[in-house]
Amino acid sequence: MAKSKVAEKNTEELTYEEALAELEQIVSALEGDASRNSLEESMKLFERGQALVARCGALLEAAQLKVEKLAGETVIPFEEESA
Amino acid sequence: MQPSLFSASHLTVSQVTFRIRKLLEGDLELQDVWVEGEISNFSRPASGHLYFTLKDKNASLRCVIWKTDAARLRMTLRDGLSIEAHGKIAVYEPQGQYQLIANIVQPKGEGELFQEYLRLKAMLEAEGLFDPERKRPIPELPRKIGIVTSATGAALRDMLNTLRRRLPLVHIILAPSPVQGMDAPPALVNALVDINRQNPDVILLARGGGSIEDLWAFNDEHVVRAVVDSNAPIICGVGHETDFTLCDFAADLRAPTPTAAAELATPVTINDLAGHLENARMRLTSLMDDMLAEREASVSSLAARLKYASPSRRIQSEGQYLDELARRSLTVFLHVNQLQSVRLRGLASRLEALNPLAVLQRGYAVVTRKSDRTVVSKVGQAEGRMTVRVSDGEFDVTGIT
Repeated sequence: MAKSKVAEKNTEELTYEEALAELEQIVSALEGDASRNSLEESMKLFERGQALVARCGALLEAAQLKVEKLAGETVIPFEEESA
Repeated sequence: MQPSLFSASHLTVSQVTFRIRKLLEGDLELQDVWVEGEISNFSRPASGHLYFTLKDKNASLRCVIWKTDAARLRMTLRDGLSIEAHGKIAVYEPQGQYQLIANIVQPKGEGELFQEYLRLKAMLEAEGLFDPERKRPIPELPRKIGIVTSATGAALRDMLNTLRRRLPLVHIILAPSPVQGMDAPPALVNALVDINRQNPDVILLARGGGSIEDLWAFNDEHVVRAVVDSNAPIICGVGHETDFTLCDFAADLRAPTPTAAAELATPVTINDLAGHLENARMRLTSLMDDMLAEREASVSSLAARLKYASPSRRIQSEGQYLDELARRSLTVFLHVNQLQSVRLRGLASRLEALNPLAVLQRGYAVVTRKSDRTVVSKVGQAEGRMTVRVSDGEFDVTGIT
């Protein structure tokens, strides 16, 4: 497993898809050659994995449908009529 | 006209009427017919049945629509409307009345629209625009959804509610457009072009229910071609379940209603995502638990082996060995000791048995010559002066030869 990694983005900056994709990778890496990871590496991966879980969870919790509309070429917020 | 007394039939009213009824109801064309005319004398009594007269320049025809069919009508009837009514001719004998029993009614000209619809459908289908191979898959987890529909109205509201419930993570961009009337087709075309510039993952093209005239914009050739040319896949949800517009055929996916279109655009919901995340979290935790448990087991086993090989244990074991040796040597010593005693006693008694002085006890005497103190064991050795030793002492004797 390569020891050098591309600099990891702060979890706060990740979109849901990015965070989920990285989380999948980490779980696969931990599941795979479990004996080849040093304990220290595994702990680091695990902590990163937990941070990603937290980020995804926060995004799901906070999600509110974002609705905009086209006005000519530009996109502006859309006010829905109350039902 | 002079009735002929002999050849004309003599029939009752019932018989004549029955004859008329048989004639009319036996005419196949009159049993499945569309009739066009203008409504007059419209009435709707409490029974729920509808009664009216259809007329044109030269004639009029009484009509009735029974209650159950009346409930299913998609248009409101009133005097002065030009309509086409479909049904069959029947005779109501008690009143000697023939009438049209109608089951379906549509505005005049709608039949023409339907013909046009069929013509366009055939033409576009022949171009291959409706081919299944052209249809693109809908993304499982869209980030951005475009919606082309009227900004007011139930269709948009229903779709937004559905999307909010299923996937609030997604970003919606509305390209508002009129959805009926003469200006609808060009506006729809522009909306489709504009929304594609925002690069959505999928587009929803929607409109609530209506008549074939109301939905006509979605049968417009230019709109259909704009659907085909769309970069993003399109889910079309126009009208009710049974309405099929040409846009439905051209779209990548057809939905029976606008709400269904929103559901089809979000196959993976936020609940699914939350469940998936929980799975990942559990896998993560259990992997770490397993890994730590395995390492702990490995350390324990090494510790056990270390303990087993330690010097203190070895010392203990040696000590035990020494004790064992000591015990065994003591045993040997005691044994040897025992043997020696036995042997000693044996020797002692043998020695004792050989003691010459013991012989004296038995009555024998030891005679010795006084002169040289030799023991007299033969007669020839005897001389004059001798000592006799017996068990308890000695005395002198003089030998007599």
